[in-house]
Amino acid sequence: MNTERFGYVVRQLMRRPTSIAGIVLLLAFILIAIFAPVLAPPENGKDPYSIPHTGYRPEPSAPSAEHPFGTTERQYDVFYGVVWGTRTAFRVGLIITGAALAIGLVVGSLAAYYGGWVDNLLMRLVEIVQAFPFLLATLTLAAVLRGRMGSGLTAGIAALIAFGWPAYSRLIRGDILSVRARDFNLAARAVGAKDGRILTRHILPNAIFPTLVYASMDIGSYVLSFAALSFLGLGADVGYADWGQMISFARNWIPSLATYPHIVLYPGMAILLFVLAWNLLGDAFRDIIDPRLRGSR
Amino acid sequence: MLTYSARRLLQLPIILFGVTILIFAMMTLVTPYERLALHVADQPERTSDVNALVELYGLDDPIPVQYVRWLGRIVQGDLGFSYRGHPPGADALMQHLPSTLELALWSIIPIMFVGIRLGVLAAVNQNKPIDHAARIFSIIGWSFPIYVFGLLVLMIFYAKLDWFPAGRLSEWALRATEAPTYVHVTYMNTIDSLINARLDIFLDAVRHLVLPVISLSYLSWALILRVTRSSMLEALRQDYVTTARAKGLPESVVIGHHVQRNAMIPVVTIGSLTLIGLMGGVVITETVFNIHGLGWFFADSATHLDVISVLGFTLFYAVLVVIGNLGADILYAYLDPRVRYS
Repeated sequence: MNTERFGYVVRQLMRRPTSIAGIVLLLAFILIAIFAPVLAPPENGKDPYSIPHTGYRPEPSAPSAEHPFGTTERQYDVFYGVVWGTRTAFRVGLIITGAALAIGLVVGSLAAYYGGWVDNLLMRLVEIVQAFPFLLATLTLAAVLRGRMGSGLTAGIAALIAFGWPAYSRLIRGDILSVRARDFNLAARAVGAKDGRILTRHILPNAIFPTLVYASMDIGSYVLSFAALSFLGLGADVGYADWGQMISFARNWIPSLATYPHIVLYPGMAILLFVLAWNLLGDAFRDIIDPRLRGSR
Repeated sequence: MLTYSARRLLQLPIILFGVTILIFAMMTLVTPYERLALHVADQPERTSDVNALVELYGLDDPIPVQYVRWLGRIVQGDLGFSYRGHPPGADALMQHLPSTLELALWSIIPIMFVGIRLGVLAAVNQNKPIDHAARIFSIIGWSFPIYVFGLLVLMIFYAKLDWFPAGRLSEWALRATEAPTYVHVTYMNTIDSLINARLDIFLDAVRHLVLPVISLSYLSWALILRVTRSSMLEALRQDYVTTARAKGLPESVVIGHHVQRNAMIPVVTIGSLTLIGLMGGVVITETVFNIHGLGWFFADSATHLDVISVLGFTLFYAVLVVIGNLGADILYAYLDPRVRYS
C-alpha cells in the first residue's frame, strides 16, 4: 500500500467518533499490557501468568482494599487476572492471526500461482475444512490435542489456527487473481520486468493489503473464540491469567451471582471492551475501504 | 428447479465423505487406549486384558481399516454405540434434539422480526441519530461474548429478581411431565404441554425460555440488522425507487413494496444460516443456561473425546447445512423471479 492511501485511511479513521473510541480503548489495553508488572506485580520467582491465590476457601470474596476486584472461588485475585489477562489476550490474538495468515498466504498464493489441479485440490480442501461450524470444529480439535500436547494454551491456539487459515487463503487467492489481470502487470512486463519481480513487487503488495486489514480485525474475534474454549474448559488451565478461564468460575455460582457479581463483571467487561475496540476499528475500516456502504449518496 | 435440487442433494454424500474423513483424522490423534476407555465401563484387572480388548474392538488396526469399518456400519444406519450417551448414538441425538429445536424455533421469531425492523429503521433514517444508535447497539451486540451476556442476564433476572430460572422446567413441572398420563408427542415442552392441556406447564416452559431467547436474539440482531441495513441502502439507490417516488407514491408504499421486498433477498440467506446454526445447537448458550440440547451434548462429547457421538453429531449437522442451504436457494428464487437455477 502506498503512503498516500495510508494517509487517507488514517485521516478517515480520525474523523469518526466510533473509530476514535476504538483506538482509545485499544491504546488503553496496550498500556495495561505493557505496565502489567507495575499494576499487578507478580510474586517473586513465580510464573507471572498464574494468578496468585491466598488459601483455598471455595466461596468468592467481595472486593476489598487488598483485592480491588475481589476474588473468585479458591481466592484467585480478579484484578491480577484481568491485568495479566490483557497480555494473554494480545498474545493469543496475535499468534493465531499471524499463523493463520501465514498459512493462508502460502496456500492461497500456491493455488493462485499454479492454478489447474493444484488450485482445484487446495480449494476443495479449503471447502471441506470450512464445511464445519467453526466453534464445533475447534472444540473437537482442542479436546483431541489436549491429550497430545498436554494442557496449557497450545492446544486451543493450534485448533483455532487449524480452522482459521482457510478464510485467508480464499481471500488471498481471489485478490491475486484479480490483481494479476490488471494493466500495470502488463506494463511492467512491457518494460522487461521478470516474473519474480512482477510477483513480489506488483502482485503481492497490491493483493495482500485487503487480506492484512481483514486479518488484523479478526484479532478480536479470535480472542473471543479462545475465551469461549477456555470457558468450556478447553483453553487455558485453571488459575491461568485468561479472561475466559476466569469467567468459567462463575458457572459454579449462577444462583448466587447477585452476591458475587464481581466474578462475572470485571473479566466480562474486559473481554467485551477488548473485542469492542477491534470491532469499532474494523467497522470503520470496512466503511473506508468499501465505499458502497459509505454514508452519503 | 427439480433437477437443480436433485443435483444439489447428490453433492451431499461427497461433502459427508470429506467431513467424516476430516473428523476421523482428528480422532486418530487419540490413542487406542484412550478410546478403549470410552467403550469399557469396568476397570480391566490385568494389562493383558486391555491389549486383548484393544484387539477385540480393532482399535489398533490401521486407521483406513477402522474408517472403512465405521463407514460400513453408518451405511447400514448404525451410528454406533456411544458409551457416554448410553443409548446408541442415533438415539442420543434424537434425545437431545427436541430441546434444541424448541429453543431454535422460539428464538428465530424475535431474531428475524425485530432484526429486520431495526435494519429497515436504520436504513430509512440513514445518518440520523436512530441510525447511529442502531449501529452502536449492533456493534456492542456483535462484540458481546454470549457467555458473558448470558451470565449477566442470569445474574439480574435469576439470581437477583428470580423472574426467569435456568434449565428447561421447574422441579414440579418436570415431575408432572413424567406422570404416566402425560402424553409426549414432540418432546418440546411448550408444544406437549398444550397438547396435554396443561397451561401451567406451558407457562413454566416459557418462563425458562425467556433468558436464552433474549441472549440469542440480542447477539443475532447485530448481524440481521447490518445485512438488512446495507441491503436496504443498496435497494433505495435503484432507479425504480426514484420512479416510484416520481409517480407520487406515498413513501410508506415505496419503502414497503418496492424497496423492502427486494432488499430481503440477502436477509433470507442470513436468516436461514442463522436458523441452521440454531438447530445445530448453540454450544455455549446451552451450557450457560443448562439446557441439555445438541450443543450441550456436543461440547460434552468433545471434552470426553466420545468419538462416536462427535461423528454422529457432525454428520447430522452436515446434512442440515446442505438441506438448509438448498432451502434458502429455493426461497431465493421465489423472492426474486430473476433468479433461475438450471
